[in-house]
Amino acid sequence: MVTALIVNGTERRFDGDPDMPLLWYLRDELGLTGTKFGCGIAQCGACTVHVDGAPALACQTPVSVAEGRNVTTIEGLSPDGNHPLQVAWRELNVAQCGYCQPGQIMQAAALLQNTPNPSDADIDAAMNGNLCRCGTYPRIRAAIKQAAKGGRP
Amino acid sequence: MIPRDNGLEASTSLVNVSRRGFVAGVGAGALVLAVGLPRGSGAQQGENKYGADGMPNGWRDDPKVFVALAEDGTVTVTCHRQEMGQGVRTSIAMVVADELGANWNKVRVAQADGDEAHYGNQDTDGSRSLRHFFMPLRRAGAGARMMLEQAAAARWSVPVSEVRAAEHAVMHTPSGRSLGYGELARAASVLPAPPRDAIRLKDPAQFRYIGRESAIGLVDNQDITTGRAIYGIDARAEGMFYALVARPPVYGGKVASLDESEALKVPGVVKVVQIDPPSIPSEFQPVGGVAVIARNTWAAMRGRDALKITWEDGPNAVYSSDSYRQGLEAAVRRPAKVVRNEGDLDRAMAGAAKRVGAEYYIPHLAQTPMEPPAALVRIQGGRCEAWACTQSPQVTRTRLAQKLGLPEEAVTVHVTLLGGGFGRKSKPDYVIEAALCSKAMDGAPVKVTWTREDDLSNGYYGTVSVERLEAGLDTNGMVVAWLHRSAAPTIGALFAPDPKHELPLELGMGFINTPFAVPNIRMENPEAAAHVRVGWYRSVSNIPHAFAVQSFVAELAHAAGRDPKDFLLELIGPARQIDPTDLGDAWNYGEDPKRYLIDTGRLRRVIETAAEGIGWGRQMPRGRGLGIAGHYSFVSYVAVAAEVEVGERGAFSVPRVDIAVDCGPVVNPDRVRSQMEGAVVMGHGLATSAEISFKNGRAVQQNFDLYELTRIATAPREIRVHILPGGDYDRPLGGVGEPGVPPMAPALANAIFAATGKRIRRLPVRDQINA
Repeated sequence: MVTALIVNGTERRFDGDPDMPLLWYLRDELGLTGTKFGCGIAQCGACTVHVDGAPALACQTPVSVAEGRNVTTIEGLSPDGNHPLQVAWRELNVAQCGYCQPGQIMQAAALLQNTPNPSDADIDAAMNGNLCRCGTYPRIRAAIKQAAKGGRP
Repeated sequence: MIPRDNGLEASTSLVNVSRRGFVAGVGAGALVLAVGLPRGSGAQQGENKYGADGMPNGWRDDPKVFVALAEDGTVTVTCHRQEMGQGVRTSIAMVVADELGANWNKVRVAQADGDEAHYGNQDTDGSRSLRHFFMPLRRAGAGARMMLEQAAAARWSVPVSEVRAAEHAVMHTPSGRSLGYGELARAASVLPAPPRDAIRLKDPAQFRYIGRESAIGLVDNQDITTGRAIYGIDARAEGMFYALVARPPVYGGKVASLDESEALKVPGVVKVVQIDPPSIPSEFQPVGGVAVIARNTWAAMRGRDALKITWEDGPNAVYSSDSYRQGLEAAVRRPAKVVRNEGDLDRAMAGAAKRVGAEYYIPHLAQTPMEPPAALVRIQGGRCEAWACTQSPQVTRTRLAQKLGLPEEAVTVHVTLLGGGFGRKSKPDYVIEAALCSKAMDGAPVKVTWTREDDLSNGYYGTVSVERLEAGLDTNGMVVAWLHRSAAPTIGALFAPDPKHELPLELGMGFINTPFAVPNIRMENPEAAAHVRVGWYRSVSNIPHAFAVQSFVAELAHAAGRDPKDFLLELIGPARQIDPTDLGDAWNYGEDPKRYLIDTGRLRRVIETAAEGIGWGRQMPRGRGLGIAGHYSFVSYVAVAAEVEVGERGAFSVPRVDIAVDCGPVVNPDRVRSQMEGAVVMGHGLATSAEISFKNGRAVQQNFDLYELTRIATAPREIRVHILPGGDYDRPLGGVGEPGVPPMAPALANAIFAATGKRIRRLPVRDQINA
């Protein structure tokens, strides 16, 4: 059985195990390693991608579920890496080790799509599934707010 | 001359944009400034050496080692310390670039392979990178700058005293002529380096990057925010395989029987290989088990699930946290090995007007870097090549060579970014596993990935401890007697059979070196056996020691009817400088006790600063409270003042934390701030919810559902970092990565007490407030 899907705008066909989580398909088969493995049980958000524009945990999404859908990873979030969140993340030096940040940015991008001016409570609700062991939460919050204000600090 | 091999050619088959970017940036025309300065000393037997001198392979300050200059003016700074979120790649480049007079936009960073003979010590732990390499790296940058000045002076046939380097160019002031660094690269490269004693360092008043609040972004920002940053788990090579390892659930256990037939039927699985159990103590060796090697990670996971293994658990199957805790409690209630003794404790206790005692329990912790351990290794043509997220590439290299029976020169360890380290990635067991898998595959590249369950089941856990404190107060509420017993299994059990007692480095982490002005003091260390791999976790034994000591101080303040902050300051006593050896601490984080004295004035100031920041003494509404704690560790001083709000049914939040740090001279203020922010969050997690416990030798918490870390909604809402002025750059630097962690838990516990009257003596807090 072949799974056909679109990843960052490119059509892909996969004839391997349809139960393979999208996470490992992206990382091992396509070499898109920006989507990270952190827990494998939907507890950390490091593997957050967009499926048809909605945030999804790639470790919990069998590749077959993405059949015919548009998958966007951090590599495809913006053509030039200048999504307002990516810019804010850099301006505020949000990252420490940086490992969880692709998942954080993808989750935040989905939040801003639906809630352009999120409150603290909105941020808490949307981002609480994304762990950061370095503890960058204060700057993540600040960067989301900065991006929401059109990049003004 | 082209840059020395950083493994770049070898790595071009990797999908590794960062490295490709480096290759492009340096290009074929790159020049390395050709000089050769002798290496700074490393640890030798029988000598007292401190700081970087005391570390294996010492330090280098040779521009040739750290600075490459291309004819297009691109400066490449080689970072020999490992990036795990502390910002060291940016900070090291700032130091070199500042002394070099480089324009930041033309600075690139290359990551060094593991090679301490070439770079000096690379073991990135102990909050040491800038502490040990600030001066050597300044000299490397300054030496390169002087060579460029010399080259320009020669070109113009003018005295070198008439030229001056700045802003990526050398100017001849009298004639107004100027040459860019790139134009001078070739000429400079053939000059000898100025001798060490001729190096002219910049006047710190002229620093442009060091210590400046600036717009400098992290050098890896672009890669991180676009998903192109490469961590160990991301390493790829042509023809690679993917492996997972089933490991014994109990430390010291081994395979009793194995049936791999079902695993081999899983599509994509190519081989099942046993890994021998190590001898105990196992140091950094793999714990043994069964590796499943496959064509992708998912197949390896499914294959591992299909293994039928029975384990022989061995003697550590008796290890259960509840009964072990009772053993530690019994141990701290009896006299034990005395590790510090001043005055006459027994007599002072007997004569005290009031006696107070308390015991504290701090469980095992797991570092859980968000990137679990992972490494890629291939062995081809008698050479082993590893790509690993390791804190200690030289140790990794040595252990790989030993394991594979190769000379060290035949082993190359390339260091990726680390998705967090926190001490876990100082131990290269996972890299050795990958090497054994590669060997089993005739040297084909194999990547071993640990799942989170693996990470929590087979960790190098932070120790578990029971701390007992007793004090005698006189009629004025002054502490006249102080007894502290600390019982915890030691890291030493990794290296020696059954050492039972804490090592000097553990005793010196906020236990025996407690700098209180009390006339009668005794510290004791009962025996404790290790049943798991006890390793270092960010700030190590400072966590249990600071929690107990700083909680107990607040308990004493309460017993004496005093303000906890005032009482703490009084216990610390007047500003003075204490030789740590006078406290029985000959270790002192490896630093010279004459150069790094314990300065109680600095400890007092961070406490006062944190207190002032949070508005200590203000009227608090019902259900809110303030707590404070101050702690000396990694030759830095940090205090935390925390505000908690306790709601219905004992749920609590932390609206605000003020953290004050005195780490001496500051190189990168933004990264000092971010390390303190992160320490507050990590400290909050271990204080409130994180715990590893064992039952029948097995870790109970296997993933983030039970090993609960702080999330954005529960994190302290506002964290204000106060960096105390570092003063003169001739003063010794303190550590930054770790010392923010220890004071957080006691500050929170003290705030909870202030808000509710409930004293927390067992971490994590969880639902104790309501209990």
